[in-house]
Amino acid sequence: MNQPAISAIATDEAAQYLTVNLGNEEYGVDILAVREIRGWTAVTRIPQAPSYVLGVLNLRGAIVPVLDLRLRFGLTREEYTATTVCVIVMVAGRQFGIVVDAVSDVVEVAPGSVRPVPDMGTTVDTEYLKGLTSVGERMVLLLDVDRLLQPQDAQMLEAALASPEAKAVA
Amino acid sequence: MSKVDLAQFHKAFHEESLDGLDAMEQALLALDEGADDPELINVVFRAAHSIKGGAATFGFADVAAFTHVAENLMDEVRSGRRPMEKAVVELLLRSGDIIRDMLSLQMAGQPGATAESQALLAELSAMVSGGSAAPAQAKAAAATETVEGWDIAFRPFDYLLKSGNDPARMFRELEALGPLTTTVDASKLPSLADMDPTASYLAYQLRLDAGAKRAAVEGVFDWVDGDCELTVTPRVAAPAAPVAVAPAAAPRAVREVATNSEASSVRVGIEKIDMLINLVGELVITQAMLSQFNDGVPDAQLEMFRHGLGQLARHTRELQESVMSIRMLPISTVFNRFPRLVRDLAQKLDKKVVLDLRGETTELDKTVLEKIGDPLVHLVRNAIDHGLEIPAKRLGAGKTDTGTLRMEAFHRGGSIVVEVADDGAGLNRDAIVAKAVQRGLIASGEGMSDDAVAELIFEPGFSTAAATTDLSGRGVGMDVVRRNVMDLGGTVSIRSVHGKGTTFTITLPLTLAIIDGLTAAVGGETYIVPLVSIVESVQVKADAVRSVVGGGELFRFREEWLPIVRLYDVFGCDGSRLGVDQGIVIIVEAEGTRIGLFVDELIGQQQAVVKSLEANYRRVAGISGATILADGSVALIADVTGLVRMQGRRKAA
Amino acid sequence: MAKILAVDDSASMRSMVAFTLRGAGHDVEEADNGRAALDQAGVHKFDLVLADVNMPVMDGISMVREMRTMSGYSGVPILMLTTESDTNKKMEGKAAGATGWLVKPFDPDQLLATVARVLG
Repeated sequence: MNQPAISAIATDEAAQYLTVNLGNEEYGVDILAVREIRGWTAVTRIPQAPSYVLGVLNLRGAIVPVLDLRLRFGLTREEYTATTVCVIVMVAGRQFGIVVDAVSDVVEVAPGSVRPVPDMGTTVDTEYLKGLTSVGERMVLLLDVDRLLQPQDAQMLEAALASPEAKAVA
Repeated sequence: MSKVDLAQFHKAFHEESLDGLDAMEQALLALDEGADDPELINVVFRAAHSIKGGAATFGFADVAAFTHVAENLMDEVRSGRRPMEKAVVELLLRSGDIIRDMLSLQMAGQPGATAESQALLAELSAMVSGGSAAPAQAKAAAATETVEGWDIAFRPFDYLLKSGNDPARMFRELEALGPLTTTVDASKLPSLADMDPTASYLAYQLRLDAGAKRAAVEGVFDWVDGDCELTVTPRVAAPAAPVAVAPAAAPRAVREVATNSEASSVRVGIEKIDMLINLVGELVITQAMLSQFNDGVPDAQLEMFRHGLGQLARHTRELQESVMSIRMLPISTVFNRFPRLVRDLAQKLDKKVVLDLRGETTELDKTVLEKIGDPLVHLVRNAIDHGLEIPAKRLGAGKTDTGTLRMEAFHRGGSIVVEVADDGAGLNRDAIVAKAVQRGLIASGEGMSDDAVAELIFEPGFSTAAATTDLSGRGVGMDVVRRNVMDLGGTVSIRSVHGKGTTFTITLPLTLAIIDGLTAAVGGETYIVPLVSIVESVQVKADAVRSVVGGGELFRFREEWLPIVRLYDVFGCDGSRLGVDQGIVIIVEAEGTRIGLFVDELIGQQQAVVKSLEANYRRVAGISGATILADGSVALIADVTGLVRMQGRRKAA
Repeated sequence: MAKILAVDDSASMRSMVAFTLRGAGHDVEEADNGRAALDQAGVHKFDLVLADVNMPVMDGISMVREMRTMSGYSGVPILMLTTESDTNKKMEGKAAGATGWLVKPFDPDQLLATVARVLG
């Protein structure tokens, strides 16, 4: 991505983040990227997709992929319950859903309060994080939503397309 | 200054100019064939005239200058000063092509004039009497005078008011130049009884106390020149020295072209829009009617409720059809380019060809239309180049010396059929077989049906452009034609009779947005297979299947052994894995190759609105898109062409 | 604000004229040939008509001639949109009853100035 669609850190004004829970950790999603929050509904599986892409769902006529944030971060998959939530985001003109354990809060984050993520202490690859901040006693990890579905996936896709017969024979 | 940005009209101007050029070309070709209709000449003139006017208005100076000379040439023809000779037609046809190129250049923000356009402009200018290529020079400005004021005697003729001109309005304009004193001479005023209220009887003596330019003063009266007596006399303070007249302003610079938006547009007939509006109106009424059952349907009104639902279904279907029709355009927009192409090719190859266009009003989806042009050009080129014989050969074969090329579009079932047929020599079986053997496509032609031989020309390895000239068959890039048509969800077939001619039949879906599909269960999931690719669905007995080295399976279908592709393997389904005899094999065909898709069971047939998977996700091998089922869930659509190619690669691996 | 009829077979020219005039607060109807213009004139009462000369179906000159015979249109200003080379057309237009002309190419400012001139 040469130009992130949303870059809260670069601006002087405080940005709002929707915080979501994943296990015991709290993550922040830039509120400007959030389109809607919906309960978990069954999706249609897509062939040759990475394991964290659960499938696609029908969002008012558009076909929208849904990925599981737990699986994306290499955590074990929880049972989907009544509180399991799918956050629909729009990044660079593409919509996709992110399945999280629960939605918790909307917080204001001043740009000065964002610190880089130390390369330890979280289960998550820092590559998908923009930084971390404190909200009262809580620590919130700010997600780099742009990177969740790409560009690493694009490379995987190319690889998959280059050898479809590998899958076909399997 | 107004703040109107002229760039916003550029696209509309470009589109209408292309239409105008098409109309001009059609008219020129008709004139070339000896048509004698003054309206045809008018059409050509109007096209040139409108393009010139628009180009000048919207700042395309090069196009304006070029078109101006073409228009002058047409004006000579229109006014009878020059006959519509072959040379004129030829020159104007080439001018049309150049104007097209110039427009694209200027639309892209580049200068429109090229070496080619300049050369043609010189030819045009040489042909136009007098040879003047320069646009009419601006009138020399009147000499300036040093004046204190003006005395104006103005006597309108009695009909002046009837032209919509109003002396009071002109006086207001004069007042804008300086203080004005008006004296009215009413001596000619008739008695009230004789007065025509729309006639003008007054005369005026005006005194303007301002040193305005003569042109400005006379300019106020330019529209009534000849409708009045007018004398304009300067009141000079001192003798005015003659002043050199400045040349007219330099031609306006070409305006910067605003970012060229790539989004394409469709022009929609007003009747289609009205239809839509009516339907939406009906829907609103139905909705209102149904909404009264918000709290349940009492038994007594059950019939009314059912009626409402029925209406809703009907209006929804009509609305869908109506919306789809907006994307539909007549195939004439594609066919129109062929008279010119056929004429030029025939001339080049010394052949005589009559083009017979039929079904030009048949409508196709805009996307299909945009992509069907190239394959058709390919087929037409081939027909004239290789199919139709030279006059001597035709006469020798007992035919007329003029060949016929028929292009026809029509509906058949839910599809559009476009045929390209010639009455030429037909395919040369022996030459094709020899060629295919030489290319290593087949070992020998023995036992091959004529149809199978004809199919060979669609094989990717069959022909190269260089190799076909010595062959009285066809085949320049026929594989490309087939692939392009396939990409549109269509098929191409060929029918040839030796000595009688060849017919190519292209079958296209009405629209790309909706397909007829067969819904199938695969490993507990639901997939849609486009009906257009399906040959047949069969149950295969376990003992009719042969395993081959490398893990593949073949089954016998009529005369052929076809590979079985188990969709749950290709799509990696987790669910059940049935044995071959427990499910269904759907035999599909793409690019001339058949394979059997193994599914658990067939669920039914339905129309599917095709949705893009790529819009939010990405391309997936073996999947062409997605659709939404009646329960709101998503089903994926199998990409038969992709699956056939995958199978081909697997076989080759 | 005046009610104006813009007649031209070129959609781009027509939209330019209409867009400019609407921007100046006028109420503009459009027609793509003389016949359609006459139909419009029968329905609405226009304060000003701007008409191209060369048009299919019915040209601008014939349109002026017929419009002048329509009730309510004997004195309405009608301007021909003509080109510099059409000197004969200017005269023909005048003979048919046109008020004046506006020479193509014109830009939006020239158009507004001319319209202001006619409407006063």
